[in-house]
Amino acid sequence: MTDTVMIPRPAGHAVRWTGAALVAAVLVLALIGPLAVPGDPFAQSLLKALSGPEAGAPLGYDHLGRSIFHRLAHALRLSPTIALAAVLTAGLAGLVLGTFAAARGGWTDRVLITLADALLALPGLLLVLIMLAIVPGTALGFWAGLSLVLWVEFFRLTRATTRETLASPAVQATRLLGFGPTYVFRTHIWPEIAPMMLTAAAFGTATAIMAIAALGFVHVGMRAPTPELGLMMVELLPYWREAPLALLSPVIATFALLLGLTLLAGSRET
Amino acid sequence: MNTLITRGIQALMVAVLIGAATFAMMRALPGDAAYRIAAGRYGYDNVDTAAADAVREELGLGGPALPAFLTWLGDLLRLDFGTSLVTGQPVIEEIGHQLGASMALAGVAVLLSLILGPPLGILAGLRPGGVLDRVLLVVSTGLKAVPQFLMALILILILSVQFRLLPAAGHGEARHFILPSLALALGLAAVNARIARDAMARIGAMPFYSFAQWKGLSPRQTLLRHGLRNVSVPLLTYLGLQFVTLVEGVVVVEAVFGWPGIGHALVHAIFSRDVPMVQGTALCLGLSFVLVNAIIDLVTQRIDPRRAA
Repeated sequence: MTDTVMIPRPAGHAVRWTGAALVAAVLVLALIGPLAVPGDPFAQSLLKALSGPEAGAPLGYDHLGRSIFHRLAHALRLSPTIALAAVLTAGLAGLVLGTFAAARGGWTDRVLITLADALLALPGLLLVLIMLAIVPGTALGFWAGLSLVLWVEFFRLTRATTRETLASPAVQATRLLGFGPTYVFRTHIWPEIAPMMLTAAAFGTATAIMAIAALGFVHVGMRAPTPELGLMMVELLPYWREAPLALLSPVIATFALLLGLTLLAGSRET
Repeated sequence: MNTLITRGIQALMVAVLIGAATFAMMRALPGDAAYRIAAGRYGYDNVDTAAADAVREELGLGGPALPAFLTWLGDLLRLDFGTSLVTGQPVIEEIGHQLGASMALAGVAVLLSLILGPPLGILAGLRPGGVLDRVLLVVSTGLKAVPQFLMALILILILSVQFRLLPAAGHGEARHFILPSLALALGLAAVNARIARDAMARIGAMPFYSFAQWKGLSPRQTLLRHGLRNVSVPLLTYLGLQFVTLVEGVVVVEAVFGWPGIGHALVHAIFSRDVPMVQGTALCLGLSFVLVNAIIDLVTQRIDPRRAA
């Protein structure tokens, strides 16, 4: 190991790990928390409304006497699940359509890129709102709307990279040797795309969680008894003076989750 | 010229997409759409089967989906948005009322973000790795992770509930602008600052920039004559792309602060399933994105003539 040049360790590495740790901490709270302290996110006891933390409810009670801890844990499972489902769908669609557009070129490419450009001009929240009105079921509507919004980013990344890779001498050589498109994709295209996919997926998940919380906050997302981050905040806002901890818990959890995802994504290369 | 054609096609696609989405929304509404529209047009007391049938005939609601969709798109492309199902006013008038309030809010927010972000970014970019650069990185990363509604919530809690300095909602006076525009501007400023910083650091490291200083220009003159113009191109381009974020923010922030703008109207229209209003506002937002970006294309070509080639 004499020929190692002293390359400064990229600062991005530590940042990404911090992000991953933050996300993991929030998810552990959501998944393990209710197992450690059993409780029901929907059970009310009005006598305890807005009272402070106790053994059965580590974060106290909300205005209807429901355990904030359990509602928060439930909410922290709901949004990431929808977000992850949407990102997976969008990532897959973007990957398939992106490689397809780059490989086929011509009209296929032109039609898809025009569609992507048009979607890019529309605010994502608007599309999500419209899908929520079309698709029955709020969670399903969020999934459909967010997938529709998020695929564009994956599509553009995949298309740009694939075009570049397909034009490279390495791919020409592979083709001349008689290898098929599947082989080209596996050995040449995927390794180029994979690291970008992680960044795009982390950003996409953050966007999706933000959208669900934002719409919940303005009362057009998830419906009332469902524990959801934005909805919890707007429900607890009037009781800020009586129970600041109750409002701060979802605020801090949301911020930690989003900050973790942003750090995990790293700096977007432009 | 070429860019304008591309933007024109984009605008057309935006209209078709919104047409398709709102058409699907209309078809997905529970109950008979013809009765709803008739009620919207003639008032709830005047709806009878004849009126509903007339509407159904006119809009082709009863028939197969494709001709109905084409009629729908035709109305859209002739800019005939119909009337709001809730207020009974023509959609175009309603939007005219609300657009002004939204544009004022968005304009103040963008201005505020430009005052806050790029100057700090440029200062940081002049000394990459310096104290300001590192502090700015931490602050902007933190700010970017705060969604606009959360920013609005935090600002309301601190400035209007805790210290009672500013009104939490309302419209009409200058002080009502502060909280909503700040809630929008801080997130935008975080991104602006990063872009200005990266551009400045990149340009500051280029040979021509060092040469400008060798030939005797002071750092100030170098920045004014050789730095700002180059930094402004990526900044403007990003400002155009941020427009969508801004519009999303406007929708949420208006709903939070009760600002009587287009975003507030959109949320209400969605809530009451007022499809013509949704269509009109959505089209207005989508087309303004295309318009803003077309203008920015032209402006950046002016600033950096190499791009026009």
